[in-house]
Amino acid sequence: MADTEAPPTPMDDTEPVRIEHPVVEFLRMYLRNWAAIAGFLMFMAIVFAALFAPALLQRDPFEMVWMPFSPPGKDGYLLGTDNLGRDLLIAVIYGARATLAVGASAAGITIFIGITIGSLAGYYRGWVDEVLMRITEFFQVLPPLLLAMVLVSLFSPTLPTVAIAIGVVSWTGVARLARAEFMRIRELEFVKAARSIGSRDRRIIWRVILPNALPPLIVNAALTVGVAILFEAALSFLGLSDPNVMSWGKLIGDNRDYLLDAPWTVTMPGVAIFLTVLSVSLIGDGLNDAFNPRLRER
Amino acid sequence: MDATTPLLEVEGLKVEFKTRRGIAKVLEGVTFNLEPGKTLGIVGESGCGKSMTALSIMRLVPIPPGRISAGSIRLKGEDLLQASEKRMRQVRGKDISMIFQEPMTSLNPVYSIGDQIAETVRVHEGLSRRAAFDRAVEMLKAVNIPAAEKRVNEFPHQMSGGMRQRVMIAMALACRPSVLIADEPTTALDVTVQAQVFDLLKELQEKTGTTIILITHDMGAIAEMADRVMVMYAGRAAEEATTEQILTAPKHPYTQGLIACVPHMADKPPPERPPLTEIPGVVPALTDLGSGCSFAPRCPHAMDHCHSQMPQPQELGGGHRVACWLYQEGAVA
Repeated sequence: MADTEAPPTPMDDTEPVRIEHPVVEFLRMYLRNWAAIAGFLMFMAIVFAALFAPALLQRDPFEMVWMPFSPPGKDGYLLGTDNLGRDLLIAVIYGARATLAVGASAAGITIFIGITIGSLAGYYRGWVDEVLMRITEFFQVLPPLLLAMVLVSLFSPTLPTVAIAIGVVSWTGVARLARAEFMRIRELEFVKAARSIGSRDRRIIWRVILPNALPPLIVNAALTVGVAILFEAALSFLGLSDPNVMSWGKLIGDNRDYLLDAPWTVTMPGVAIFLTVLSVSLIGDGLNDAFNPRLRER
Repeated sequence: MDATTPLLEVEGLKVEFKTRRGIAKVLEGVTFNLEPGKTLGIVGESGCGKSMTALSIMRLVPIPPGRISAGSIRLKGEDLLQASEKRMRQVRGKDISMIFQEPMTSLNPVYSIGDQIAETVRVHEGLSRRAAFDRAVEMLKAVNIPAAEKRVNEFPHQMSGGMRQRVMIAMALACRPSVLIADEPTTALDVTVQAQVFDLLKELQEKTGTTIILITHDMGAIAEMADRVMVMYAGRAAEEATTEQILTAPKHPYTQGLIACVPHMADKPPPERPPLTEIPGVVPALTDLGSGCSFAPRCPHAMDHCHSQMPQPQELGGGHRVACWLYQEGAVA
């Protein structure tokens, strides 16, 4: 057997190892995943619709255009009309605006609170950690939907209130994740090195540790957008959202009584929610795979 | 400052750590002086307090569970243990800087090496981005990194261990500190690269007059680099002398043991080649040090009172100090 083996190829030391910039490598890894690409394109299409539809269509989503409960495709209304005779296609397109705005800003609030609390707890440890983690646990044990409903009911049901309410009830996971990452990274030698050149705590937390802790937090943020969209839908379904703003949850809520007679009135916005959350999840999974070094060489 | 004034005086330094098994006395009265432009080697086994001495000088001992309980560390006369945290941040990187054992993990993976070197300069000298970056290039050239203008934009994972250690040295010396603490700077590197790093450190020392504290367990590194040597054992200085005295006429049984442990290149295979020597036993747990000499349980010359009383450092002449009952006046040698 031994003589059939190919001689070992000599190492070519003169050939420099091609090393990619981390960003390039990340993009390459992300683009290898077709599901992640599909998710990204889908999400971009939704964002595009939300951003430019009003300018292009120039319609009022609340306008009653035809008789109620016209089924999809009939009388020239692609998605049909709802209980008030509103064009569902227009309503769904306009609804993307509120849904995405609330989803994104709620996710932003979630990330902001979560990273702030988690990084301080993980970096300083000791009593700071104790206090912040007890607060986190307090928020964790409250039923999130109920708390969000209370918050929205207490204040006015406007989009910013809804976004803040969703953010306030969902930051705990991010905080715990950020804390764990900070506890791990703060022990690494480059943090010691940063301290040894005289960097102050603020700089070490935000400039030295945080960038290294970001990958799992970015993945989490992407998934949080999906969760926040579902939350917003749930709240507006219950009537706890701005009645003057069209959103998918509101469409479902308005039409829930006609679920059996005119199912499309509920399913159309439901499909929109499903596709949006799906696209965000696919993006999150793609980011996770691209960031995770163990999956790199497959 | 004339050449004989110590740059850094460490006196009676004591550090304790609170552990589950009691108070660990990590440093028990460490005293030494640094002469400007010279290299002090600190040797000893793992856990004998070498790195803790370094961290204490930088005031980077993790508190809690650690505590600097006694002593003074005077840099050009200023007691660093009394200094404010703000003052210490100025000292770190500017007056005293440090390079670490693991070049693989001591650079931040998300920034280019240029940014990281520039960071030191920006913290201390308030230079503009541009000027700090120019300094980074200049420092990379100083540590003999080829194509410095190009490599300055590279990331740590694009460099070899030896290159990264050069970058660390560049970072540490960017503000021209008067003291450089090198904590086992070559332990993680290949032998050939080790020699390069030592040559570089010596070259830079000649150019800039930086004083170096070299922490190592490698007697070869000591022979190569150090002017004076302090041998540490269980948080105390067992012996302190010039490198020549330590290598040719070690007094403390621990030093003798360390030197005997250095493997030699033998021209004969076993059985003619003598087996490697070792010091029997391990460094004692720092939580239950008895009243006697902490090396006594492992010492081939241990006498009765070695187990009951701690020997004090004794000057043997020529700056050779040793803490061992064998050399105490009145003791039976």
